[in-house]
Amino acid sequence: MKLETVKNSIGRYVPVSVPGLGSFTPFGGPYARLDGTYSWTPKLFPRKIPAPATDKVAPNLEEAIRRSGLESGMTISFHHHMRNGDSLVCRVLFLLEKMGIRNVTLAPSSLGDCHDCVAEMVRKGVISRLNTSGVRGEVGKAISRGDFEVPVMIRSHGGRARSIEEGSLHINVAFLAAPACDRLGNFTGSSGKTACGSMGYAMVDARYADHVIAVTDNLVDYPLAPRISIPQYLVDQVAIVDSIGDPSKIATGATRVTRDPVQLRIAELAFGLIRASGMLKNGCSFQTGGGGPSLAVAKYVKEYMKGQSIRGSYCIGGITGYMADMLKEGLFTALFDVQSFDAAVTSSMADNPYHMEVDASCYANPFNKGCLVNDLDVVVLAALDVDTDFNVDVLTGHDGVLRGASGGHSDTAAGAKLSVITIPSMRNGVPSIREQVQTVVTPGETVDAIVTEKGIAINPEREDLKSLALSAGLPVKDIRRLKDEIEKITGIPDEVRFGDEIVGLVEYRDGTIIDTLRKVL
Amino acid sequence: MTAFLNRPRRSLLYIPGNNPGMIQNCAIYGSDGVLLDLEDSISITEKDAARKLVKYALRNLDFGTVERVVRINGRDTTFFEKDLEEIIPACPDAVRIPKIDSPDDVRAADEIISRLENENGIEPGSVRIHAMLETAKAIVGAPAIAESSPRILGLTIGGQDLAADLGIKITREGLEMLYAKSAVILAAKANGLLAFDTVYTDINDPEGLREQAAMSVSLGFSGKAAIHPSQIAVIHEAFTPEEKEVRKAERIVRGAREAEERHLGVVAVDGRMVDAPVVAQAIRTIELAKLAGMEVDVE
Repeated sequence: MKLETVKNSIGRYVPVSVPGLGSFTPFGGPYARLDGTYSWTPKLFPRKIPAPATDKVAPNLEEAIRRSGLESGMTISFHHHMRNGDSLVCRVLFLLEKMGIRNVTLAPSSLGDCHDCVAEMVRKGVISRLNTSGVRGEVGKAISRGDFEVPVMIRSHGGRARSIEEGSLHINVAFLAAPACDRLGNFTGSSGKTACGSMGYAMVDARYADHVIAVTDNLVDYPLAPRISIPQYLVDQVAIVDSIGDPSKIATGATRVTRDPVQLRIAELAFGLIRASGMLKNGCSFQTGGGGPSLAVAKYVKEYMKGQSIRGSYCIGGITGYMADMLKEGLFTALFDVQSFDAAVTSSMADNPYHMEVDASCYANPFNKGCLVNDLDVVVLAALDVDTDFNVDVLTGHDGVLRGASGGHSDTAAGAKLSVITIPSMRNGVPSIREQVQTVVTPGETVDAIVTEKGIAINPEREDLKSLALSAGLPVKDIRRLKDEIEKITGIPDEVRFGDEIVGLVEYRDGTIIDTLRKVL
Repeated sequence: MTAFLNRPRRSLLYIPGNNPGMIQNCAIYGSDGVLLDLEDSISITEKDAARKLVKYALRNLDFGTVERVVRINGRDTTFFEKDLEEIIPACPDAVRIPKIDSPDDVRAADEIISRLENENGIEPGSVRIHAMLETAKAIVGAPAIAESSPRILGLTIGGQDLAADLGIKITREGLEMLYAKSAVILAAKANGLLAFDTVYTDINDPEGLREQAAMSVSLGFSGKAAIHPSQIAVIHEAFTPEEKEVRKAERIVRGAREAEERHLGVVAVDGRMVDAPVVAQAIRTIELAKLAGMEVDVE
């Protein structure tokens, strides 16, 4: 779609109006709407009062869809807690195709490698619009080559919760995979053969969708006990299917610390920087992911805290088994878990009351009265590419094709006092520090340092951090020098060719448009 | 304080000479030196490519403080001279020559290296030799090999080849290599050379490596080769002195300096007399402690 664009505050050209999606405000800085003066009015939607029921179990999923009142042109949602083991999205889409429902807006919390069926459903006209945190595989290719008539909307986890609460993303029917569910719709992800841990993203959908269908392969006796993640008063129907996912693919998060020397070096430097910052002290809070060097950073943090007898306050975010172990060992008081990364987490959440399940709004919605990320001390984040302005791209690959997820990246970077990006200096011989990233997801203003195995670049706005890092003997380098050093080995790759056509919008957490995705030629 | 170690050589990491991804990361593994390999890890069909890549890397990459050693192919192969012809002009810090069986093998290499240094304007004698002893004959002849050329920096042992030559199996404990290792160390030390221990091949057994590295240190090796980056930290740990030992070394070094300042011939520390070799040991301990990042106070 060719659109009129304006330049936003970081120099990216973004549309102010998109037919089919409405009007938008260009990004004006990460904290522009957070000075205490901005206000918003939630959109109102009529709610149907259901007749009292003692059993919400529908005869089958197809009938549940029929009873939900879902029609062509409406919006449906899913959570992505089943990760790459999810089979519900494709199951529902095939049913919609069979039932003749078309032109649906698909609004899952995210999509993964197991969702190639979405590309097929776009071609068949079942889906016409997409709102998501991320995409991979065939769907990313379909978006980048322009298969969607209306640009897709990429949101952060906090931004999605915000948009659902304010009504800019209105869900008609939420299909929520429920690893353990009772006849009245109480459900949880903490037990069952497809247990996936936290239901943090599903909680927001359950609260705001017009109609909620809990889809389960594990109907338990009423009442589900002892843990209920999403209570019955938010659920309209229960549909039973033979399987909602493949348990072996649900726990795809890294559970072992990497042995890759490059990743280990990055982790060592990232940890060195965190230690030098002086933030690892009693009462500190911490977040890191599950992939790449993240677990190794957590390992160094754990050893240091143990050695120094430091007790932190809490860890948040995607929670790994490693963090669950840190909780068990008393290194932190509590875990706030919006999304569980591996199987080890499920039992921790089920058994340990200090391992708390939180929803995506509590986690990262910048417009509520106190999301968790705002109090975060340290976050360690990965990236696909970074640039000399410290902007981070977690969406587009070196070939320009969409293959990542916004996730909680921009939320945590904006909230944390120290946000550290870890990235190998090159991937397959292609340098990771660019003059300008293809797609800005996290603005450089919210990034304090970029750590590669060849050195650490510190945001010039953080002179304080730079002196601490230099005093600690860390290899701090100007980002341009670091870039040149890497390019001396890799050379400078040819630019990917993009058309003018906008195939996606990247919404910042506050609802403004920070960047666009262009059609790859 | 006189530098005892000259430069750290606790760990030397083997890197296949045909792996650009690994070579370009030489500066980040954390080893004191790298052994860019043109020999056993490179198949016959890859020899030329590896040689060219290593030459290019030596000329263009920043290795930081990491010592650059190239393991070339032995004199018994057709690659020996070609390796030297291409590698020496790129100025490695040293070449590790495998299958050194006699002083003649060293002298042959020395001759070619001297000519190449001369032709390429390289300071004579600056490219050192690690002589790799891998046969029973070489072990028995170690003293003669050690004194065969001033270009030799150190002797090392080729565990796998030596085991094959002896017809024995290498065990986890490694006691079967004890005599050969000791012979190499003695020959090296008798000539003021360094002695480098062979690799521990099981990369999934850090405990076994820890025991072997501890043995390397106790026998008197200056360093140990590694075949995987994960082995480096374990090796360095073995070379890290005990806290108590470091504190004692601090007192000895301080005492020695005070004695020197006061022109006293004898040093007394903790009520005991210490002589020059003990001071030298203490200096080595201090340097190893510094390398391990321990806090040291000798002022």
